[in-house]
Amino acid sequence: MKPRILIVDDEQEFVDSLSERLAIRDFDVTTSSSGEDALEKVKKYNFDVIILDVKMPGMSGIETLREIKRIKPLTEVIMFTGHAEVETAIEGMKLGALDYLLKPCKTEDLVSKINMGYDRKAKQEERIRQAKASEIMSSPMSALKE
Amino acid sequence: MSISAKLKPAFWDYQEGTGPFKHLFNFRRIWKLTVALTGVVTLMPLTFMAFIDYSVTRNAIKSENVLRMARVVSNTSSAISFFLGERKSAVDFITHENAFEDLKDPLRLAAILKNLQKAFSGFQDLGVIDSSGRQRTYVGPYELENIDYSNQAWFREVLGRGVYISDVFLGFRRVPHLVIVVKHDLPDGSFYLLRATIDTGQFSKLLSGLELGGHGDAFLVNRNGVLQTPSRFFGNVFKKIHLTLPEYSPNAQVFEDQSIKGVPLTVGYAYIANTPFILIIVKHTDELMKHWYQTRKKLLWFLLVSMATILLVILGVASYLVNKIYVADERRVMALHQVEYTNKLASIGRLAAGVAHEINNPLAIINEKAGLIRDIFTFKKEEVSDEKLIGLVDSILSSVERCGTITKRLLGFARHMDVSIQPIDLKEVIDEVLGFLGKEAEYRSITVDVEVADGIPKLRSDRGKLQQILLNLVNNAFQAMADGGHLRIKAYRYSADSVLIKVSDDGCGIPESDLKRIFEPFFSTKKKKGGTGLGLSITYGLVKKLGGKINVQSAVGKGTTFTIILPLKLQQKRGLAHASSVS
Repeated sequence: MKPRILIVDDEQEFVDSLSERLAIRDFDVTTSSSGEDALEKVKKYNFDVIILDVKMPGMSGIETLREIKRIKPLTEVIMFTGHAEVETAIEGMKLGALDYLLKPCKTEDLVSKINMGYDRKAKQEERIRQAKASEIMSSPMSALKE
Repeated sequence: MSISAKLKPAFWDYQEGTGPFKHLFNFRRIWKLTVALTGVVTLMPLTFMAFIDYSVTRNAIKSENVLRMARVVSNTSSAISFFLGERKSAVDFITHENAFEDLKDPLRLAAILKNLQKAFSGFQDLGVIDSSGRQRTYVGPYELENIDYSNQAWFREVLGRGVYISDVFLGFRRVPHLVIVVKHDLPDGSFYLLRATIDTGQFSKLLSGLELGGHGDAFLVNRNGVLQTPSRFFGNVFKKIHLTLPEYSPNAQVFEDQSIKGVPLTVGYAYIANTPFILIIVKHTDELMKHWYQTRKKLLWFLLVSMATILLVILGVASYLVNKIYVADERRVMALHQVEYTNKLASIGRLAAGVAHEINNPLAIINEKAGLIRDIFTFKKEEVSDEKLIGLVDSILSSVERCGTITKRLLGFARHMDVSIQPIDLKEVIDEVLGFLGKEAEYRSITVDVEVADGIPKLRSDRGKLQQILLNLVNNAFQAMADGGHLRIKAYRYSADSVLIKVSDDGCGIPESDLKRIFEPFFSTKKKKGGTGLGLSITYGLVKKLGGKINVQSAVGKGTTFTIILPLKLQQKRGLAHASSVS
């Protein structure tokens, strides 16, 4: 299965090009141009990695990140930032973002970070599955609770 | 440095600026006003008091002198008047006690003269003159019998007044003497005169016996101003004196006059009653006022010394205070300028950051678009894979990367402006600063050597301040150098807890006289070219803030070297550290 990716950025041109480039590199890419829209999409679909611009009109990157982590804690987030917002990026990482990248960035860096995020999420989900499996094994009734 | 330059206060040459309150900063005027006001307020009463004291003392001494002089004159004149009166009475007594007939007898008259001479000194002879003016009898050293006096002026006078005392004259005897004549009326209506001659040596003795001291003089004159007794300084008997004769006064009087040489004199006089004599006592005013002159000298000295002291103190205090104001004002202006400068830098930083950030977005788009083109070529292989096109795209991508480096550096520079202490790689900071000036160096073909020794640990310091320091120094060096110059930056560990940074150029150098002043605010040799004179003073302030030291060595024509020694760890003040930890 292709890794599912959501790109959130208010620069439409940037989002379009990047999504196409990532699609070429075999990712399942969805785009969004604002924090609010992104949250709607996060609620509807399961994304593996979200690429989030810190500086956006309306809902800011950090607020969006907080919401994403509340709704889908397992989703990995990579932050795009200008140099001046390294502090914001650090704050974002404290809130659970995987890493940050400076714009403009090399595509290779971005791809490797996405893969890293995807792997991490996959492993995490795997561990959760195993935990659940062992729980069901020990008490089959608990499976019915879900 | 000359004494006047040393004494000249710092504010003296201050050029007042322009503006609505410039008079507040005219320090020379403030100084002058202070000195003038305090001077007037303190010296006026002093001078006034001294003047009053002067005139009061002077008048007191003067009136005392006048009194003393009047007393002497009055005593002496009484003595003389008494002397003459006594003799006149004696002669008068003889006429009353003896009958005319007895007196005409030369033997009897001789006996009387002998007795007179015994009782009173000075009698020389006696003569009896009848009413026709002929001397009937005469006893004395000369043969004067039967001389006719009826034509003499005194004969006529004695007829009217009854008594006559003559002026001093030499007469036949060639000795100064005077004559007393008394008229005695007889019962038959006729009269006779008794004439006595008295030696005036008595007067002279009396007058010369006066304790006058110095240039004092005492003598008698007649009403025509002819000396009747010898004087010490106005000539001998019968000489006319040069003094103006005072008007008649029944009492002793004192007035001031001048001798022919112009010496001021104090003259006391008295008209001796019933005689033609005026007693005159003359003293030099200067001698009388000798005590006064000494007092006056002391008074003047005291006045001058106190005036000088007061003036000195006023000048000193005024200079000190105005200098304080001047220094405070300098500091105020410098602080203002520093704030302005910092603000300017901060806004430049913010502007740069804003621009860089805004450029980053389109840059990212270009990056993605070009990347996409490249991706299309490499992944989809839809288009004919043209080497030239790929080359073009790659060159776009590398240009974008270069732009990205520039914007990131700009952002970094701006970001570090307000962040305080952090670990700093010295080499990185130097490269960053040179990155800004690299283009200029290239255009002007200035060679820049950077030599950073290995093993310098990361500094814990204020990155922004360090950047500013280096930027200022490198900028200065660039301005000092001609095109094709050579800039050397060297850094090595100076001691266990400090590093040394050297910025040397081979530019024009700084003259010895300016070297001491280059860190002073507003000292600039580039004022006409737009320098503010603040660069080095701010650099100095920044180095101090980082706990470091800055030094300069320079030789004119050879170049200048600035040396900075910075501590590895900036010791923050406790208050500040606390404040920052709270925020």
